[in-house]
Amino acid sequence: MTAIVSDFSTSHRIPGWLPPVLLLGLAYLVIPFIGTSYLFEAILLPFLALSLAGVGLNILTGYAGQVSLGSAAFLAVGAFAAYNFNLRVEGLPLIGSIILAGLAAAAIGIVFGLPSLRLKGFYLAVSTLAAQFFVQWALTKFSWFSNDSASGVIDAPALSIAGITFNGAVGRYLFSLTVVTLLTFLAYRLVSSQSGRNFIAVRDNETAARIIGVPVLKTKILAFAISSFIIGVAGVLWAFAYLRTVEPAGFNLDRSFQILFIIIIGGLASIRGAFFGAALLVILPLALSRLGSFLLGNVFNSGVLDMSQRIVLGALIILFLILEPDGLVSLWDRIRKRSAAVFGRM
Amino acid sequence: MTIFSKLKVAAIAAGLGLAVALPAAHADEQYFPLQSYRVGPYAAGGTGFFGGFIDYLNLINTRDGGVNGVKLTWSEGETQYEVERGVEVYERLKNNPGVAAWNPLSVGIAYAMIDRITKDKVPLITINHGRTDSTDGRVFPYVFPLLLNPYSETSGIVNYIASKEGGLDNLKGKKIVVLYHGSPYGKETIPIYELLAKKYGFELQQIEVPHPGNEQQAQWLTIRRAKPDYVVLRGWGVMNPVALKSAAKVGFPVDHIVGNVWSNSEEDAIPAGEAAKGYTAITTQASGAEYPVVKEIIKTLYDNGKGNLENKSRIGSVYHNLGIVNGILNVEAIRIAQEKFGKRTLTGDEVRWGFEHLQLDPARVEALGAKGLFHSINVTWDNHEGNGYVTFQQWDGKKWNVVSDWIAPDWALLRPIIEKSAEAYAAEKGIKLRTSEQAEAATN
Repeated sequence: MTAIVSDFSTSHRIPGWLPPVLLLGLAYLVIPFIGTSYLFEAILLPFLALSLAGVGLNILTGYAGQVSLGSAAFLAVGAFAAYNFNLRVEGLPLIGSIILAGLAAAAIGIVFGLPSLRLKGFYLAVSTLAAQFFVQWALTKFSWFSNDSASGVIDAPALSIAGITFNGAVGRYLFSLTVVTLLTFLAYRLVSSQSGRNFIAVRDNETAARIIGVPVLKTKILAFAISSFIIGVAGVLWAFAYLRTVEPAGFNLDRSFQILFIIIIGGLASIRGAFFGAALLVILPLALSRLGSFLLGNVFNSGVLDMSQRIVLGALIILFLILEPDGLVSLWDRIRKRSAAVFGRM
Repeated sequence: MTIFSKLKVAAIAAGLGLAVALPAAHADEQYFPLQSYRVGPYAAGGTGFFGGFIDYLNLINTRDGGVNGVKLTWSEGETQYEVERGVEVYERLKNNPGVAAWNPLSVGIAYAMIDRITKDKVPLITINHGRTDSTDGRVFPYVFPLLLNPYSETSGIVNYIASKEGGLDNLKGKKIVVLYHGSPYGKETIPIYELLAKKYGFELQQIEVPHPGNEQQAQWLTIRRAKPDYVVLRGWGVMNPVALKSAAKVGFPVDHIVGNVWSNSEEDAIPAGEAAKGYTAITTQASGAEYPVVKEIIKTLYDNGKGNLENKSRIGSVYHNLGIVNGILNVEAIRIAQEKFGKRTLTGDEVRWGFEHLQLDPARVEALGAKGLFHSINVTWDNHEGNGYVTFQQWDGKKWNVVSDWIAPDWALLRPIIEKSAEAYAAEKGIKLRTSEQAEAATN
């Protein structure tokens, strides 16, 4: 598993804090006024939720080196826990439900992270599959989780904090954006702290880490807990802000793979990578699908188009990974360096 | 590398560009956004149903020049029966002008759309499936589980089993297993089976088959141990033939398996081969191509290479005919609404009014060329199902043969349960019950 520690000091002319601040300015001040409802509902809301899940998984897999195939399970735990806290605890504000949901996901994450103390690599990946199947099974089996609703589908409650309701597409977008920004910032601080360095030490060489005094056991459990917390909150965004309805089937193994692909394509051990990867995996299929139905919609039916899009998407991802095995992040950094060099010469 | 990144930027730009570029508005067109699924585990249902639906819309355009001159248009977005994709297609297509109604044919997608379409004031049709309590038009003004909601289906199946046993009294002490699909659709009937079991005194066991259902050994071994008198198959897609084959393997008699309305197609029976011979299933629409409307579709479309089904042998199959019936109901709702609001492109709310006056008696059904294809429908502002009749068909190894009359489910028994559930939903969501005066007014 090759990974790069993100390097924010590649360009000396632009301070490291400037691009994120500019992006946030754009996201908060410009996009809400010019975006269409399609942009919010079909692109940005899933993008934000999946990016956050990617950030969470990247802490575990990218930084701490523990492969997990159970991300969708933690998304589901977050979504269902938030729903139940919101439903069953009188007077609990939404933000309280979200934090408790994250903690619930963290608790489940710790339980399923315990095998990581003995297992490594593929074996650990397989044991995290257990989380994937167990959680989905439990949520389907015990209808208490979905408040005994006939079909097992739950309606997400309205998003409101301190009396302000975020129900329109723009409102839900701003809500998600704020949560994602906040948690991403915390994740960024975490990976550059001592704990973050411990994660990397455990990933790169467990024995060496142990010898220099890194508490391996604690570090692994911490990685599982924090990662699951973030993914759990992403699950709340997915269910409450994006789909506004939840059913366990939506959190299947495919979703876990999707999140894993997001961090592999975006770049392991990079906070930005999760965003690049999510952007690619959310936008590229949609762009292909729309391009396909625009150009060939009259010739082929939607089924044929969908199948060919999968082939194109798969081929693009393989091609991309061959050309840039370190992910979109390193591609981006290379472009930036090169353009800086070109401008530097002028 | 630079070429590649350029390509990617171009692709993204094209995608985003298309998101904003909408087709120009045309006068006198009524548009159907179709969240279809032609690939994935449920493609057989999707291609058949949307094929029939498109064929009927096409027939109306080709034969009649539209509905009173208003041309019908449509476009498709692939959902693979997945909720996220369904929502994406909804967002993609909802801004096209003249949207008449949504027909997602997926309970999961329909659930995700209820809030959205209620805000848009456009009808959402869930023929033969959907959320049962959306039958109550006082709470769900824009949702229509037309012909047969899941509770009516359950009542119809239990009544049919009773008739085979010689009356409802004879159900006492009998044992019925319901094998249901592990999805929102499959679970919808759990409480009503329990209620009917209590009411009629039969023993009940409900067993879930996880989606998509291509492995059922464990479930059928449980059934063999339970030794039920009947198994109700509440399946979908690949789950159905696998169930029939597994039943044969454990030696459960196939003529004691009763399929529900989504386990009743050729695509469910044919792959099971011999194991399906004698299998009975409920339906709201007969299969076969002998009905005048199906014949006209063959003559007008398929003979001219304009039919939607790729495989012509599927013409008149259960899903294809269901799509045609769905087409009839949508088109007639528009026609009825046009009589009130004028022969032009209608708004979603006006089409909603049309659906709420969608009353087709057997004579009108015959005039539409669909006598025997389906019985009748009688939708009102507060009954969004419209009291469809059901019939039972048996598979003889090659085709379905109708083995019962048109049967009425026990609507009077079900209505109070539906109202209670709808009122609970209204209370939870803070919805005020709609009155008939409010239903009569339509915004344009």
